[in-house]
Amino acid sequence: MNEALLRSLTPSVLGILVRRGADFAAAEDAVQDALVEAVRVWPAEQPRDPKGWLVTVAWRKFLDATRADAARRRREDLVDEEPAPGPAPAVDDTLQLYFLCAHPSLTPSSAVALTLRAVGGLTTRQIAQAYLVPEATMAQRISRAKRTVSGVGVSPAHAKPRAGGRFDQPGDVATVLRVLYLVFNEGYSGDVDLAAEAIRLTRQLAAAIDHPEVAGLLALMLLHHARRAARTAPDGSLVPLAEQDRGRWDTELIAEGVQVLQAALARDRLGEFQAQAAIAALHADAPTAEETDWVQIVEWYDELARLTDSPVVRLNRAVAVGEADGPRAGLAALATLDASLPRHTAVAAYLHERDGDLATAARLYAEAAQKAPNLAERNHLTRQAARLNADRRH
Amino acid sequence: MAKYLLLKHYRGAPAAVNDVPMDQWTPEEISAHMQYMNDFAARLEKTGEFVDGQALAPEGTFVRYDGEGRPPVTDGPFAETKDLIAGWMVIDVDSYERAVELAGELSAAPGAGGKPIHEWLELRPFLTAPPTITE
Repeated sequence: MNEALLRSLTPSVLGILVRRGADFAAAEDAVQDALVEAVRVWPAEQPRDPKGWLVTVAWRKFLDATRADAARRRREDLVDEEPAPGPAPAVDDTLQLYFLCAHPSLTPSSAVALTLRAVGGLTTRQIAQAYLVPEATMAQRISRAKRTVSGVGVSPAHAKPRAGGRFDQPGDVATVLRVLYLVFNEGYSGDVDLAAEAIRLTRQLAAAIDHPEVAGLLALMLLHHARRAARTAPDGSLVPLAEQDRGRWDTELIAEGVQVLQAALARDRLGEFQAQAAIAALHADAPTAEETDWVQIVEWYDELARLTDSPVVRLNRAVAVGEADGPRAGLAALATLDASLPRHTAVAAYLHERDGDLATAARLYAEAAQKAPNLAERNHLTRQAARLNADRRH
Repeated sequence: MAKYLLLKHYRGAPAAVNDVPMDQWTPEEISAHMQYMNDFAARLEKTGEFVDGQALAPEGTFVRYDGEGRPPVTDGPFAETKDLIAGWMVIDVDSYERAVELAGELSAAPGAGGKPIHEWLELRPFLTAPPTITE
């Protein structure tokens, strides 16, 4: 059975149910039930019209649940009869669904979970495994998120559907992109490849809306994903960009990323994801680390700092300045930044090493290792300190 | 989306405000305390923030490798060593501030006289997987 097909149909099926008048939370449950049914039934015989099949089954599940619910509460049936299936503007439904699942009233972790389930068609169990929490916890997180957004910009509960649909509150593309970025950056920790899933969802979004920052984020993801095989050594340790075997970078992904980025930049509506992707593209373009165009990278960091005013960007800019204009210039740029920034000490260690002050570098690497937020980085920094200390003993 | 460990100590943490050994509480106070802990965990499950909670026996043994072909050496328990872990809770929350808030609530569990214990809990962030995008 084609799981990719099944999951790609999820958002539009959900959109159709909602447009027919199902409230979001109930519709989402019904679609999950239909997906489970498809996984059971399709291997024996895949329907000729998979989407029509899913809509029919999900709608039936919704009616069953609603009727049971209504009976239980001794109320009138909420839904009398099945409306005629109208033409389905799937693209628009999909877009609305992204906006809803990334709604600003949700916390980041809730928005991520809801997006993966309602748009991505992942099961609660898969999402729980990906984020290493119990399934019951993830189920609660999702159902709370659904309750939160069910009251957002929709017509009163159980009202008949209106023209324009129920989630007619225009969303903000930026909030959707932040959610997808979070999913991508979580990487790969369980059975579900979240980076690949984030790329799939961003591609789907890019197909539904013409927006340079959506393209920028897609390009950014593709360019970073291209390096994945080279990022980790066989023992699981991190390989820094400068030491990666560039022959293992995925040239097809890079070519696609660059193409998507160029088309976006041509629109002349620069945003932070396009700028980040431009930096990634310049790295991808260098046949060796030594040939990296650091001057252009510094210029892009200047753009990025102007767009975001983020201290993390300024920290990364200091690294680039250190490469473009020498370690002293990098240290000078670093001196203007708050020393409590994450990775500040690691950057200082690196620049001092480049500057030839190995004793200071070794001390700072060790200090940075203590502050590292993840194990791979801590091990990497500890090894740097150990390398310098061993060299100095000889 | 960050995981934190809330560590509860038998020994090794600074003294609680309401620092009365449990065996001197009334049975009702003990029940109220247990109920509070269970309710707390149940509430976190509902908010989608609960990962794990376990209690540990106070008795433990130190174990170490003793060389090829030899059985491991055991020692202890060391009654006077400074640190003794009583149990933990693991939470998955959106921010450090939220983790502190929850630790504060857990520390308010009732003890002697039905008053909050004000127990010191140790809050420790998990090391995570490295992010995909670093530069």
